Amino acid sequence: MNTTSVRAVPVRHYGRWAGAAALVLIVVLFFRALLDSPNLDPAAIGTYLFKDYVLRGVGVTLLLTGVAMVLGTAGAVVLAVLRLSANPVLRGGAWAFIWFFRGTPLLVQIIFWGFLGALFPRITVSVPFAGTLFDQPTSVVVSGTTAAILALSLNEMAYAAEIVRGGILSVDRGQTEAAHALGMSPALTMRRIVLPQAMRVIIPPMGNETITMLKSTALVSVIAGHDLMTVVQGVYGTNYKVIPLLAVAALWYLALVSVLSVVQFFVERRFGRGFAVPRGGLR
Amino acid sequence: MSVPMVAAEGVRKRFGGHEVLRGVDLLVAPGEVCCLLGPSGSGKSTLLRCINHLETVDGGSLRVDGALVGYVQRGDRLFELRPREVAARRREIGMVFQRFNLFPHLTALQNITEAPLRVLREPADEVRERAVALLQRVGLADKADAFPAQLSGGQQQRVAIARALAMRPKLMLFDEPTSALDPELVGDVLAVMRGLAADGMTMVVVTHEMGFAREVADTVAFLDDGLVLEAGSPGEVLVNPRHERTRAFLSKVL
Repeated sequence: MNTTSVRAVPVRHYGRWAGAAALVLIVVLFFRALLDSPNLDPAAIGTYLFKDYVLRGVGVTLLLTGVAMVLGTAGAVVLAVLRLSANPVLRGGAWAFIWFFRGTPLLVQIIFWGFLGALFPRITVSVPFAGTLFDQPTSVVVSGTTAAILALSLNEMAYAAEIVRGGILSVDRGQTEAAHALGMSPALTMRRIVLPQAMRVIIPPMGNETITMLKSTALVSVIAGHDLMTVVQGVYGTNYKVIPLLAVAALWYLALVSVLSVVQFFVERRFGRGFAVPRGGLR
Repeated sequence: MSVPMVAAEGVRKRFGGHEVLRGVDLLVAPGEVCCLLGPSGSGKSTLLRCINHLETVDGGSLRVDGALVGYVQRGDRLFELRPREVAARRREIGMVFQRFNLFPHLTALQNITEAPLRVLREPADEVRERAVALLQRVGLADKADAFPAQLSGGQQQRVAIARALAMRPKLMLFDEPTSALDPELVGDVLAVMRGLAADGMTMVVVTHEMGFAREVADTVAFLDDGLVLEAGSPGEVLVNPRHERTRAFLSKVL
């Protein structure tokens, strides 16, 4: 037999081909049904997608996400360090905080902060001998937006603290020893040696957290948070175009999440330095 | 003798129920190279780690250049120093680890400049100049911008030595610096250490390299089961050991 003329034929996956064909058929049928529905109203989607009040809602959603993630991450680093403290009171306190804020639904926390005035009608700060420094009704101090930020960032702290703690624990003990042997203080070692390496482990789940947070902001519509979801609900509450306006919200969330995914890719690459040789070799 | 660089008196250390150091005495004079030999589990690495307070000491006293490292003496009691104060005293003691422990997120040059910049707060251009010179000294001038993962074990260990030297220590501790290396890479690291010894650096070296101990060491201490069994010149300890235990160990490793 002449081996050079033999052709290799790959296995034929008939099952896969059939499955792919079925999938295409289902998708086509679904979109046909969607476009046939009189309630989808693509023209309405187009009208509302870039309305100024919708854009303002998008702005508030982004602001809530940004502020809650910044405060949440900062608090998470503190909580994670406390959880790893040698002092049992600090360790226990951090544990209890995480236990409480992870253990109750975010929706409950949001409503709680929104109705804080029902629990404490006034917020008063007074110092013995110096008198009252601050006295205001709670509803004035904690507005809808403030309540939303409080609820979202406290909840995020509790979740992210465990992610940060996992990242810190993933860094080899020898790194801390080497830094200490060079005369670096514990705080400097944490900041310059341990945390930058922990970031590599922390970033991917924190990207997830940011995406989850962006969508969780929709929950603040229950306390009139002025975010995208609140705006959309307000509009379809008056004109009953529920489906087109939900589609507007969904398209915006999808677009924002897509942008975040791209940002995450670049941040991950930045903190992966030294662990994988960059493509194309060294600079 | 002037003030010894390292003076251990009756140092004791226990991990749980196991006493790893059972009253160790050791003297290292300035400019001397002292090799710590002994079977694994004899306590030589623990003793080395006690010298710069990576391990606390349970009893006895350990002085470096006349000063207690992790403690301050008030009356007849030793009080452990705050982490900040311990850090300040460690600046003068360089340490090289078996597993290198380079910082993987920093380049070779950044590994070397990190502590002088952040701990000593020296001017950046001066530190950089010194770091480049140190890389040259360990034969890695062309690897300044390489990350540790891109270097061989021997190259990493030489960067680690340069990193410790950048702090201008008066004492260098080596914890089995060549044990994690491929045999062909050991020579480069030992050559750098020989150069250091020739320049008069005080060194305490935990090693299994008998050739290095014989050639470079001024004193050799043989540890077994948490005690220094015998110490002296390499000629005495390695050639004519007094103890049966030393003789048995040497016959296995030589």
